[in-house]
This record gives sequence, C-alpha cells and structure tokens, in this order.
Amino acid sequence: MQTPTPWWRDRRVVPWLVQGGVGLLVLVLIAFLLSNLVRNLTATGLLLSWRWLGQPAGFELSQSLLPFSASMPYGRALLAGLANTLQVILLSLLGASLLGLLIGLCAFSSNALLRGLARAYVEVIRNIPLLLQLLFWYFVVFLGLPDRDAALQLPGVVLAKSGLYLGWFGPSGWQTPQLLEGGWQAPLQISVEFAALLTGLVTHFAAFIAEVVRGGIASVPRGQWEAASSLGLHWSATLRHIVLPQALRVIVPALTNQYIGLAKASSLALACGFTDLYAVAETTLNQTGRAVEVFLVLLAAYLSIDLVISLVMNGLNRLVQLRER
Amino acid sequence: MPSLRRLIAASPLLLLLSLLGCADESGGGISSEKLSLIRGRGQLVCGVDGQVPGFSSVSTDGRYAGLDVDICRAVAAAVLGDGEKVQFQNLTATQRFPALASGQVDLLSRNTTVTLSRDAPGGNALSFAPVVFHDGAGVMVPAGSPIRSLRDLGGQPVCLLSGATTELELTDELRKLSLTFTPLKFSTIEEMFGAYKGGRCAAVSIDRSALAAQRSTEDDPASQRLLSEVLSKEPLAPATVQADPAWADAVRWVVYALFEAEEQGITQANVQQKLAEAKADPKLADRRRLLGVEGNLGSQLGLPDDFVVQVISAVGNYGEIYSRNVGEDSRLKIERGPNRLARDGGLLMAPPFR
Repeated sequence: MQTPTPWWRDRRVVPWLVQGGVGLLVLVLIAFLLSNLVRNLTATGLLLSWRWLGQPAGFELSQSLLPFSASMPYGRALLAGLANTLQVILLSLLGASLLGLLIGLCAFSSNALLRGLARAYVEVIRNIPLLLQLLFWYFVVFLGLPDRDAALQLPGVVLAKSGLYLGWFGPSGWQTPQLLEGGWQAPLQISVEFAALLTGLVTHFAAFIAEVVRGGIASVPRGQWEAASSLGLHWSATLRHIVLPQALRVIVPALTNQYIGLAKASSLALACGFTDLYAVAETTLNQTGRAVEVFLVLLAAYLSIDLVISLVMNGLNRLVQLRER
Repeated sequence: MPSLRRLIAASPLLLLLSLLGCADESGGGISSEKLSLIRGRGQLVCGVDGQVPGFSSVSTDGRYAGLDVDICRAVAAAVLGDGEKVQFQNLTATQRFPALASGQVDLLSRNTTVTLSRDAPGGNALSFAPVVFHDGAGVMVPAGSPIRSLRDLGGQPVCLLSGATTELELTDELRKLSLTFTPLKFSTIEEMFGAYKGGRCAAVSIDRSALAAQRSTEDDPASQRLLSEVLSKEPLAPATVQADPAWADAVRWVVYALFEAEEQGITQANVQQKLAEAKADPKLADRRRLLGVEGNLGSQLGLPDDFVVQVISAVGNYGEIYSRNVGEDSRLKIERGPNRLARDGGLLMAPPFR
C-alpha cells in the first residue's frame, strides 16, 4: 500500500511555500523601508509637501526651449529643464547613432588605416570616464576658442567662445552670422555649454554604438557577403539589402542599452554649465529644502524617459526580428 | 533540491533585513545622542567645502586649514580634548544639507548663509551656531573690463554657483533695474572660476570672501576687480540638526567661547598662564568661570568643565583664527569690518558665561 507523500516533500506544495515566503519577505522589507522613511521624515519635520511647485522660482535659466522667467513657478522651471534634457537626449542620440554606425562600418573597411583609426577611436574613447571627457570638451576645447574678430569663421558657421553661430534662411533669404557691436549675431545660435555637452555625449556613446554595430555585422555569416557579391551586388547594396537587415536583429537589443545609458548620462550636463533637468532640480532643492520631493520628481522623470526609450526600441526590435511562419 | 537553492538565494535578503534593523536612529534624543556618538567614535566628522582658500582648503603640507576648519577643530577640542581628532568631509553646496540631515556629518562648517527657510522646522530644519563670518555677495570682473557697476551687467553672461543664495540675490537686484543677464551655473567653485578665467563669463558672483580668496590665488591679484556693490547680507554660520538641541547648544557655546576669549585677552600662547593666574586668584571670577576653575558651565553643556582651555589651546581665540586664515596674517587680507567684536564696533558678541 502506498503512503501519501507528506506535504513537506510534495512538489505541488513546496515551491508555493518558498515563493510565498520570499514574496512575503520582500513585502515586509518594502513596508519596513517605507515606514522608516515616513517616521524619519516626520521626526525631522519633512513630511512630503508639494506646495513649493507653485511658488515663484526666482532664478533665471541661461537657455530654455520653453519661455521662462524668474517670476514663474518651480514647476515650470522643472518643465523647462525637462525640455532642455529631452532636446539634448534626442540630438545626441541621433548624432551618436550616425557616428557610431560610420565607425562600426569602418571596422570592416578594406583600408587598413581606416580600420586602425576606428579601432583606436573606440579604445581611447570608451576607456576614459565620460565626466572627464565633458570637462575636456568644455574647458579645454570650447572655452579655448577665440572670440569676436579672432573667432573661427567658416562659410555660414562661426565658432567663438561665446557660442556657435550658424547661418539659416531668414525672412530675407539666407543669412550668415554677423559681428555686431554686442558680439556675433546669427539666425541659429548654440551656446558653447550645449555644444560641449552634445559633442561629449555623441563622441562617447558613438564609441559604444560602433562596437554594437561591429558585433552585429560580424554576426552575419561570411557566406552572405560572398553570395551577394557573386550575384553582382555592389558593396553598398550588399550592406543595405543583405547584411544590415540581418545585423539589426543583433544590434537593436544592445542599442537599447546604449540609448538608455545616454539618457541617464545626460544628467552630467551641469559639469559643462548646461541647465538641464538635473541642474534645475539642484537649484530648486537648495532653495526649497524639499530634498525628498525634488528627488522623487527626478526619479520619475528619468524613469519615464528610459521607459519610453525601451518601449520604442522594443517596438523596433519586433519589426526587425525574423518572422517565422 | 530546487527549494533549498531558492532558500539560499533568498538569504542575502534576510541578511539585508537584519542589517537594516540597525539603521533606524530616529527615536530618543533626551540628552545628546550626537555627543555620545562622537565620544564613542573618538572623532568628529565635520562637513567643509574644502576648496575655498582661507575658509577650508587643503594646504601644501596636506593639512586642512581655514576659518571653517578651525571651528571644526575647536569643537573637537571641546568634546574630545584634542583639536586634531576631526575627520573632514568635503561637501558641495547641494550635498551639504542632506549630508547633515542623514547624520553623515556631525557638524556643518561650510560657509553656509543663515536664512529663515534653512533654520525653520518646515524648511531645512537646521540649528545655526552664532555667525562666524559676516559676508555679502559681490561681483568680480577682470580689471580691464568695461563693467563698472551692476547696471553694466545687463545681457552679460555671469558665472554662478548652482544652489548658492548669491544666484537669487543677483537675479533680484537686476530685476529691480529691469535688466536680465545670462546665468551660467556650475556645481563646484573650481568649475565656476575655471569657466570665468576661461573667459566664458563677463563677471563672476559669489560671497565677497570667496571672491577675495580667489583673487589671492591669482599671480597678479590686481588683475581682478571687485565691484563696490554688496548685493546681500550673507551671515555665515556653522550648523547642526535641530533634532539634537543639546549638541547644537554645545557647538553654539564653543563658538561663543572663541569670542569671549578674545574679549578677555586669552590667546593660544597665554592660556596656560591665564589659567594659572585664575586658579591662584579667586577675585578673577569671570575668567575662573570661563576657564572652568569654578562652577560647572561645561558639564551643563555635556562638555568637560575646562572645555574653553582645550579650545583655546587648540586653535586660539576668534581674533587669532581670523587673522591667521583670512585677516592680515593671511594672503586674503580681508579687513575685520563687521567681524570685529561688538566692543570694537563690530557685530560679534558672546552672552555672559555664567
């Protein structure tokens, strides 16, 4: 006669017990941390309050996509900071992708010099901390630019210590930068702070993206290249129609990581004097003393940005994946 | 055995939970938790800027030096009997309040301006010791600059420290003149002065003491010019948390002791002699109380009765600290001005030690 399995050896019961126990522990831990936070905040008189969001900020922003002045509330200042952050992320994401693709492709060039240069670029850039690179670009390169008459002048572009000035189509046709009494004036102006941040982020993340691209292309079997060229396809056509579509399956998931990293790294903007969300939050924190609330806003903002990037990239990933029938 | 493996996987969690149990320090506070913590540790952890010559910076021999640093040493001498038992921690303007609130530092002695919202329980909930330096925000420009007054700053880029009160003061002052300017904010004082010296800004604005300190590091101090306008009152004071009033009191009276010692002419050099005189002569009642020969003023604060002797032996009186770090004996050469004793027409005064 068979004795029934005792419950502590039953494979239907034990996993549930263990998982339930661990789940309970996690809940207890979270509850403990939350109650600890609330108790400490109460003890120091710092219970969460959001009234400061509506109070006038009293500080100016050096540049802002959204119109902003010192009499507007903190909430608006944070929003203006967020807009600046999004602008940096979008532009550097685009720039880093293009530059990264280019350098990644160079690694497969038949020209040994080009291959070597691509390799050297990746090795040098990705082994130096980003903060150092940003400080270098800002303090050494961009603040080292001459100003006024001595500024670097190219057709339609002026590089000066006070900023980058680009020609653009105005109401009266093409307008080039002009040196006036108060300094350079142009239809499109970029501050050196923004330019330094953008350059730093683009060059840094291009190195990582180049490696991702190189890995993706290397994953496509050599036979595919050979088959394409035996059909008489040109090198560039092979790349566009045969290799890249297959490489993208490998590239996209790894690219998501780099994009998320870039979004987070944009918070180093203050190192080169650019007023992004983090910089505005820091000033807000200092003036209001609402450390926990300001950091909650920051957490929520960066988390949302990264989740949106993940969402978009996952969508892209589904598009490029092999569809099996 | 999958269930055992799961248990092992969960064990770091258990460990974390038990560790967290020790992290809760919110309760209590009848006497001073901080004082016993510092005594137990044998060291005072003091938050300083670390990058402002004259106030707190690391000198060429690797030692911290400055007015803010000497306040830390004075407090360490009072509590532990040794002015060297201090661990200095460099803090940025943004880090300083969270670092103090979380107990990462015991005392904040980092050119911090006293304001209502920093003092109030509904704001930063700090407890300020007496003002150790009366400062004011100022503006510095290169000597050859066409900028002569605030009026000329309109439309100009100005380098500022992110989060400092000077940023608001300058914005307010220029708004009064209906002018706007381009604020370029940096998170550290070196980055701010770095960008200014790189020529990015037409002017730089922060407390006048910090401007004087920066000017003193130039090869040619005459290459920089301070505008005559003082934008604000910036009373700088050490701070502790409000949650430990006994500790705040101890720090407060150590600072007062520095003022009182100057008033009574007690210096680092003559403190032992003054002590011997006080012990010998019962008629010197004021000095006997101050130096702990009679009464128990120190014990009432939770300090040794001779804490003033320890403090003055370690760092000297306020006048000595001032002149050594920012006054005539230093490179900064800032006049005493409002930082003289009330007796001499300044703003510093200690209430009676009785």
